[in-house]
Amino acid sequence: MNALLALENISIFRGPCPVVSGVTLQVGAGEFVGLLGPNGAGKTTLMRGVLGLVPASGRNSLMEHTPEARARMAAFLPQEREIAWPMPAQDVVALGRMAHPQASARKNRQAIENAIERMGLGALRERAATQLSGGEKARVLIARALAQEAPLLIADEPTAGLDPAAQIAVMDVFRAHAGEGGAVLASLHDLGLAARHCTRLVLLLKGQIVANGTPQEVLTEENLARVFHLRAHVEWHASGVIFQPLSVIDA
Amino acid sequence: MLGFVRRSKRIIAGLALVAGLALPAAADQPQRVVSINLCTDLLAMQLAAPGQLVSVSNLAADPHSSVMAEEAAAYRANYGLAEEVFLLKPDLVLAGEYTARATTSLLERLGVPVVKFAPATSLDDIPAHLERMGAALGREAEAQAMIEAFNADRAALAPTGDELRPLAAMYYANGYSTGLNTLSGKVLDAAGFRNVAAEAGLLRGGNLPLEVLIMAAPDMVIRGNRYPGQSRSEDILDHPALARLGASPAAPILADRDWICGTPRILEVVSRLTEARSALEKIR
Amino acid sequence: MNSMRYSILIALLFILVACLFAGSLLIGPAAIGLNASIAALFHGEGEMVTLVMREVRLPRAILGALVGGALGLSGAALQGLLRNPLAEPGLIGTSSAAALGAVITIQTGLSAAFALALPLAALAGALISVGLILLLAGPRGTILTLILAGIGLSALATAFTSLVLNLSPNPFAASEIMFWMMGSLADRSMLHVQLALPFMVLGAAIMARAGGGLKALTLGEDAATSMGVNVTRLRILLVVATASLVGAATAVAGAIGFVGLIVPHLLRRAVGANPTRLLWASALGGAAVILAADIAVRIIAPDRDLKLGVLTALVGAPFFLNLILRTRRETA
Repeated sequence: MNALLALENISIFRGPCPVVSGVTLQVGAGEFVGLLGPNGAGKTTLMRGVLGLVPASGRNSLMEHTPEARARMAAFLPQEREIAWPMPAQDVVALGRMAHPQASARKNRQAIENAIERMGLGALRERAATQLSGGEKARVLIARALAQEAPLLIADEPTAGLDPAAQIAVMDVFRAHAGEGGAVLASLHDLGLAARHCTRLVLLLKGQIVANGTPQEVLTEENLARVFHLRAHVEWHASGVIFQPLSVIDA
Repeated sequence: MLGFVRRSKRIIAGLALVAGLALPAAADQPQRVVSINLCTDLLAMQLAAPGQLVSVSNLAADPHSSVMAEEAAAYRANYGLAEEVFLLKPDLVLAGEYTARATTSLLERLGVPVVKFAPATSLDDIPAHLERMGAALGREAEAQAMIEAFNADRAALAPTGDELRPLAAMYYANGYSTGLNTLSGKVLDAAGFRNVAAEAGLLRGGNLPLEVLIMAAPDMVIRGNRYPGQSRSEDILDHPALARLGASPAAPILADRDWICGTPRILEVVSRLTEARSALEKIR
Repeated sequence: MNSMRYSILIALLFILVACLFAGSLLIGPAAIGLNASIAALFHGEGEMVTLVMREVRLPRAILGALVGGALGLSGAALQGLLRNPLAEPGLIGTSSAAALGAVITIQTGLSAAFALALPLAALAGALISVGLILLLAGPRGTILTLILAGIGLSALATAFTSLVLNLSPNPFAASEIMFWMMGSLADRSMLHVQLALPFMVLGAAIMARAGGGLKALTLGEDAATSMGVNVTRLRILLVVATASLVGAATAVAGAIGFVGLIVPHLLRRAVGANPTRLLWASALGGAAVILAADIAVRIIAPDRDLKLGVLTALVGAPFFLNLILRTRRETA
């Protein structure tokens, strides 16, 4: 397996408290890895640590490169869909090309057009990004990350706040990105969506990985009870999985 | 006109609107005179009998403002505050007409007689001021002698009428200059100069734009003295354009104090300016 | 937003600045004809007219363009850095702190002993105030915390300025509080151009080098970092450049408010809200605004030295209030 990300024994502290401890994880080309865990499990911190946004100890394959080179290896979609200024959508997408200062104008234009087309933004390209709906904004920002043309895409709750159709559309794009030789590491809260679209799931609790494997391996009754305090209905079909949380288990 | 009114025990506080009464006889000389204005300080120091003047304003002892700083050191300084002046128990307060109005009106309400002098705006004001000051202090004879001396000195300095009347400008911090209806304007005129500010239409004091000054191409620019400490207002006196403008070797440096007040000493300024004019005319 | 439209915008702004610069040279209390002015300025014809054109009006016009450019540029940079349309050197206390630095050097006599001390101290004041703002309001302060921190800092710096000037032995110093709060270009000379220019060139050069990263900040600091932008370095460079520009401008012209607010606001749409492009458009726009304001003060009150900040605040404050209303509506 061609690893796009290799983490060994990653620990991150906030003050004296460990937020992430001893995480070892590999993400290979073609994988769409869903990072699951309750609020406060350390998902966001782990992703920011992977990208070098917070200091982390342990071995991280990305940190062996300069920040400029890293930008061509991994793109990041933060959870807050921040767009500070009313830039036209296509200009926001073009920001992704800042990772490639040496690229030719033609190459840049091509990458931007590809991203716009893939995210179906043709009709919105001239619109001010700040005036778009939440779903449209999310699409613009994903297109920006795609235009960065980094094989690894790290996304923090990319489906939060989106309607069901938009959520599925985002998952499809990520899946396709993985299918084309890239890889995606995304934190998700919707277990059903994760189970259905991700190739692998990683379960995080109190900063530690408690399960790592296919959805079927990870979303066991025992893990759901331990990590999420949930009872759920799970059906594994040939066409995919159907997952529905049912009730909360009292601690 | 306001006259001097001797403080009387019968005049109760709050009923002191007694301006315009007859001038008192010399026998009723005030015994404790306090001056709270620089120009009345100077006149009073020159005219008062020994011991008559109790206190002068703090500016009188400031060498940057006062031509009689040394003499003023012998007097107690006041800061022109009503309370402080009242506690000196004056039987006469000398003040400027337009300055410290709150102080003088409060003193008047307290029953302290106040005599106010308008700033002198011409040489003709000086004998008139001397006469009033003499009357107020009960020193009419001394005042009369001083007036006669002043008039004689002034006549001796009078222009003969065949001067070239070169063009001069007075230039101070913030580009301030003075026109004809001011004491300094009249002094310049008496010394046989034309005045850039007056020709630019400035009647009293005001801003003379640097470029108007330059375009007038004056023969001489009289610059004010610098004060201690720094200020942005004085930057203009260092302006390169001003430095290149008619830097006449004859231009005297006249401190503000030299002609801020109308006293007989102003004739020294007239005399220095007249010398500067003769020097200029020789160069030509 | 394509490059063509941006080039046209820059060209138009440049022409506007050039026209206002010429206007600033031709307007003044001494009535000098057009031909005489030009002959004097370029060929030195006429001794006194040449003196007026080259030593009085030229430095004033140059300073107008420089000070305006510096204020427009730093306003756009601060807004981009803080991702906040209300960030402006005057409003967040940078200008008042720079004025305090300048006043201290003047009153201690330091600037008389060493001329560069004046802009350097103003720069230091500006630097400290931007640093304090970042500390008080955080790297991305909310609009409210930013403005409140700015009000506090401005009030403090202005109070200290007044205190220093009131304690000065110089009789003119106390009356200069107005100048330091409102700004003026009256009676400035080539000496002031020489003082301000190096720091403004330095500030603009840093902006030119670092400004590219500003557009990435549109998406937040994490996203910008992940695109290869060194956000910490960008922040330091922009703060130093802003302090350098505001410090130099304030040292020679006093604190002139609202230019850095109005100009980026007016030009933002025209540059497609691209913060990097907004830098240069705002620099030209700011130069145009100050040149126009300086022409206006000479026409409205030729003999009064009406302060520039009076005009910029009269125009700028309603803009500011309108922006507050709009932000309230957006966040509500």
